[in-house]
Amino acid sequence: MIRQMKGPGPIQLAVNGESRTVVVRPADTLLYALREQLGLTGAKPGCENGDCGACTVLVDGWPVKSCLMLAVEAVGHQVTTVEGLKNAPIQKAFIEEFGFQCGYCTSGFIMTCHGLATIHPEADEVVIEEWLQSNLCRCTSYQEIKNAITSVLASSKLPAP
Amino acid sequence: MIPCNFEYYMPESPEEAVETFLQLTREGKNPMYYGGGTEIISMARVSNITPGAVVDIKGIPECNFLGLRDNQLIIGAALPLTAISESQVFPLLGKAGGRVADHTIQRKITLGGNLAGTIIYRETSLPLLVCDSQAVIAGPHGIRQVPFSEIFQQRLYLQPAELLLQIIIDRSYLNLPYVHVKKVKQDKIDYPLLTLVAIVKDQRIRLAFSGLLAYPFRSLTVEEALNDPHLTVKERIDRAVTGLPAPPLHDILGSAGYREFVLRDTLKNTLSTLEGYY
Repeated sequence: MIRQMKGPGPIQLAVNGESRTVVVRPADTLLYALREQLGLTGAKPGCENGDCGACTVLVDGWPVKSCLMLAVEAVGHQVTTVEGLKNAPIQKAFIEEFGFQCGYCTSGFIMTCHGLATIHPEADEVVIEEWLQSNLCRCTSYQEIKNAITSVLASSKLPAP
Repeated sequence: MIPCNFEYYMPESPEEAVETFLQLTREGKNPMYYGGGTEIISMARVSNITPGAVVDIKGIPECNFLGLRDNQLIIGAALPLTAISESQVFPLLGKAGGRVADHTIQRKITLGGNLAGTIIYRETSLPLLVCDSQAVIAGPHGIRQVPFSEIFQQRLYLQPAELLLQIIIDRSYLNLPYVHVKKVKQDKIDYPLLTLVAIVKDQRIRLAFSGLLAYPFRSLTVEEALNDPHLTVKERIDRAVTGLPAPPLHDILGSAGYREFVLRDTLKNTLSTLEGYY
C-alpha cells in the first residue's frame, strides 16, 4: 500500500519516546518540525546544508543531520533529540572536560558522541575521529570534545563495581 | 527551509514505484526518485531544483536488501553507505563509500543516490566498475539486469521512469587484493583531487578513477600500460598518463599539472603495494 502525502497535514512522529503530532508540508525538514512544531530547539539550524552538524539528532539510534531529512521520512522511526537525553554520560563528560565554548554546536556533538558510545562502545581513536568529523565547532573545542567521548568510552569498558 | 512544495509518495514495490512515477509524469509534476534525499533537499533549498513530487524508494524491499545469494552479493540501491561499510561484506566498496562526505551523512546517502547524483565524483562507482558488477533496473517494461558499465558511462544513464534497484557483484571479487586512495586538497572531508581504486584480478591490475577528470572512469588503455611486463615502472606510468581519455581537470581543487603529479605518485605507490599479486 503506497504511503502518500500531497500537501500540508498532520503526521505522527515518535520523538524522545513519545508519540507527537506535527503539521508539516511534505517538503518540510525534520529540523523544522522539531523546532517550529514541537519547540525542541536543541537541534540548531546552522548551515542547513548538511555540513556543520549542529542539527544532529538520533534516528533509530544513528546520528542524522535533521536539516537533510524530511519530517515525513521520520514516520515510523524513533527520533531522539538532545532534550531526550537525561543525564547521559556524555553530557556529564562535556561538562567535566569543558567540551564547549559558545555552545551552539554542543547539542549536535553530544548526539553524535552519544550515538557513537551506544553503537560502537569499543571504538578506537580512528573511529572516534571519523565520527567527530561530521560536526564543526567554530570555537575549536575539538580536543576537549574528543576527551569527553574518550572518557565515556573508557568508563564503559571498566568492569562493573 | 525548502521554499517549493512537493508531494511525497512511498511505494512498496518496484512496479508501484514505476507506475507512480509515470502517473506523476503524466500529471506534469516533474517527479524525482528519492533515496537518501541529501542532494534533493540541499538543491531544493536553494531552488536549484523544484520537483513537484518525490517517490521515496526506501519502502521497496529489493532496494533495502543486502546479502549473498547464489554466490553473488546483492546490494539494494536505497542502502545507506554506512550500512554497506558496517556490514564489511565488500571492504573495497565500504572504503569508497566511507570517504564520501562525512560519517553522519553517509547514514543518509544511499548507494543509488551516490551513483545517480549530479555531483561529478560518484566515488562508489569505482569498485563497481572494476568488479564487473551488474545493475538491476526497474522500468515501464519490467525489470532488467545489465552490466553496470553499460549504464554507467561517466554518469548513470537510465530511461525515463527507470529506477536502479540493486547492484550485483560476483562473490569472487569481494576479497581480492585492493588499493583505495583518496587524495584531497586540504582536509579529510572534501571532494577528491584524485580517488583511485585498484584490484588485482587474474594477475592483472584493474583501476578506476574519480576526481582526475570531470567524471569517474575505468580505462582499459591505462590498465594495458600498467600491466605491461616489458616496461619499467616509470615507462608504465608515462604510458598510462598518456593514455588518459582526457586531460586532467584544472580547477580550484588543483591544477591539471598538480593532478598529474598526484596521479603519477599514487600510481607508483599502488604498483608497489600490489607487487607480487600481478
